[in-house]
Amino acid sequence: MTPAETAVFLAKRKSRSLALGLLLGTLALLFFGITVVRMV
Amino acid sequence: MTTTALPKSVSHLADPVAAAASFAGWRDYFALLKPRVMTLVVFTAACGLFAAPGHVNPFLGFVAILCIAVGAGAAGALNQWYEADIDAVMKRTANRPIPAGRVSPEEALAFAVALAGGSVMVMELAIGWLAATLLLGSILFYAVVYTVWLKRRTPQNIVIGGLAGAFPPMIGWAAVTGDVTLMPVILVAIIFLWTPPHFWALALFMEADYSKAGVPMLPVTHGLKATRTQVLLYSLALVPVSVLPWALGLAGWLYGTIALALGGLFVAQAWGVSRNTATATKDMVPEKKLFRFSLLYLFLIFAAVVADHWILA
Repeated sequence: MTPAETAVFLAKRKSRSLALGLLLGTLALLFFGITVVRMV
Repeated sequence: MTTTALPKSVSHLADPVAAAASFAGWRDYFALLKPRVMTLVVFTAACGLFAAPGHVNPFLGFVAILCIAVGAGAAGALNQWYEADIDAVMKRTANRPIPAGRVSPEEALAFAVALAGGSVMVMELAIGWLAATLLLGSILFYAVVYTVWLKRRTPQNIVIGGLAGAFPPMIGWAAVTGDVTLMPVILVAIIFLWTPPHFWALALFMEADYSKAGVPMLPVTHGLKATRTQVLLYSLALVPVSVLPWALGLAGWLYGTIALALGGLFVAQAWGVSRNTATATKDMVPEKKLFRFSLLYLFLIFAAVVADHWILA
């Protein structure tokens, strides 16, 4: 890969990682919320 | 499915080192979910949920809508995975992530299956087995019955396949009540009868694209005149079904009045389509008008279901 392609690749990977992190965080909150609400 | 040559924009993927590195961004994965279709699904599901008698915890209601949205997105991604070869040929879809080479088919399939499984499991945990089963059924119906089985085989593809898109209000309803009664079945029937005129209006002015891709849409197999007649017939069938909730006492006068008015406008637009003889896309003004109006129709009629329930209750 050329340096320009590497830069694009790294930027895309960063955006994907951030999105995945957010998704996992949301899922954790979701499961916590479901557990709390269903216990009441 | 057939494989397609990589476009110039992603020709670097021919390099094995580059090919191993995914160039897809989060927007490409989001595009796989067909967000525009998802909007309609979320809206009709939310209307089913809000119009249902009974009470659901607001957080669980939100989770149910989220699961329906994600499940619909997963079905859209499975559809794009299977139809990448058709999408590559059609102008309207050629820039989707898979035919454009930004997301590999394997990545798309894994993404879609993970979302489908996740949405059904979370639905079961948060709401219950009935809503989860209906969600799973609608995903499988869209991905397998419509996409794999019907779409390339019969011009009735969107008639039967339209049932998959009709499920969301029933799932929303079941999330609140835990059962399926006559009202959600009528809501499903409304979307079921609305789908053919909506999609055939689009197919009429996109006929060349479908023909090029070899998709047996009704205008391709039976011609423009027969399609226009079918658009009118399904529109005429839609009106009595749409006023059924009022006629059976399941909804009040507010819904009945709005349904009748919207139905009249829908039939008027469909009549315009049936009278049109144009073959050139630029002259298919009634078809384009009906397509746009059909979207508005669905939003308004489902909004009327909720408004009637909340105001007259």
